[in-house]
Amino acid sequence: MLARPGLPEFEYIRAGSSQDVFDLLKEKGADLKLMLGGTDLFVQMRDRAQGPGILLDVKGLPGMQEIDYRQRSGLTIGAAVTLNQLSTDLDLKEKYPVLCQAADTVGNYQLRNRATLGGNICNASPSADMAPAALVYEGEAVLESPRGERSLALEQFWLGPGSTALEGDEYLKAIHFPPPPPGARGSYLKLGRSRMGDLAIVGVAVLGYPDKSVPAGLRFRIGLNSTAPTPYRIPAVEEFLTREPLTEDLISLAGEMAMEISSPIEDVRATELYQKKMVRNLTVKVLKETWESLR
Amino acid sequence: MAHHMISLLVNGQKEKLLVPSNLTLLHVLRDMLGLTGTKNGCEAGECGACTVLLDGEPVNSCMVLAPELDGREVITVEGLAKDGQLTPLQEAFAELSAVQCGYCTPGMLMSATALLRRKPHPTQQDVQEALVGNLCRCTGYQRIIDAVMVASRTGGAE
Repeated sequence: MLARPGLPEFEYIRAGSSQDVFDLLKEKGADLKLMLGGTDLFVQMRDRAQGPGILLDVKGLPGMQEIDYRQRSGLTIGAAVTLNQLSTDLDLKEKYPVLCQAADTVGNYQLRNRATLGGNICNASPSADMAPAALVYEGEAVLESPRGERSLALEQFWLGPGSTALEGDEYLKAIHFPPPPPGARGSYLKLGRSRMGDLAIVGVAVLGYPDKSVPAGLRFRIGLNSTAPTPYRIPAVEEFLTREPLTEDLISLAGEMAMEISSPIEDVRATELYQKKMVRNLTVKVLKETWESLR
Repeated sequence: MAHHMISLLVNGQKEKLLVPSNLTLLHVLRDMLGLTGTKNGCEAGECGACTVLLDGEPVNSCMVLAPELDGREVITVEGLAKDGQLTPLQEAFAELSAVQCGYCTPGMLMSATALLRRKPHPTQQDVQEALVGNLCRCTGYQRIIDAVMVASRTGGAE
């Protein structure tokens, strides 16, 4: 006699081609859930928060586990690329280091051998660790359906906690990133209850780069998680920082602005006020670090 | 619920099993193969008590579905010692009393074995980072970390 397996009953099917996925989505639709690493999904299923009749494993589809970097067109990461695969890739370390840094903050080493970039994006958690870094590199979700392929900026892909713009006949094939601006530097700073292994209470990614066309001579992109219904950028603050040559006072003001814009809710990890103050402090800290590394 | 026929290598031994869709690797090992060295802790990918090597890399076995295992290779804590000879890492755990209740030990050994294979001479920081996903409620971790450091000098994972 087997011990209780913990997971509710479901049918496991491995997709061999995108046609398999289209056919099953059409036929089974609502009763089917696509699966990559399963590291979030299995927890939700054990909690009985999700109970799909079919798990369709799409890890093995062509290209899903590949990382493709081209100088002209940029980086395409297959949805099933694991976070460990991502953080040890040499092209990524050199060109998109904030993605690698963010990947290393997720859970623990064992989990990162299963957890995937596509899963982190599709799970659409407000606290997704890969999200701020993916936002500052202007990531796009590459979606495939019988109607063809389309790309959607991540800001448009996330609609709310657990909710995405995926249509019923679509799946996430890859995440594409354009080439980073020349001379870009950046970092992801995450506050958790412990230094490693925990979810983000607040996470802030910044990417800064020289831009002679603005008075500041620099531009910053700022991406945040855990402090709004979806991960988000703060264009008003980014624009504010281009207006005049940068000073520490301006960075402090940018932190105050970020705090105002953020809209966290109180949860088991932190109060709303604490999260807002940490948005300010972390934004100031990463901006200063990035400014320093650009000088 | 449909069942799947899978063939896999477990500690060097070929196994052919009929498994339901919702069974995890953890329960294949413990309930079907009687390899109870791998422990069931949180079943949420957080505690690391169920860590095994899948194709050489550590994973939480509670997070791997049995039907995903066809054609794969699994090493559990029972597969570390060869002919009754403990590995230098296991020796170091015993020597330094890096074990109290022992529940986390198999998972610790698997994560540390993988670390020593990918990085034979880790720093203390490397060890701490590699073991973030292995919780221990007894030892305070220091002796475990010391044991991994000692093993890295006395012969590593093998």
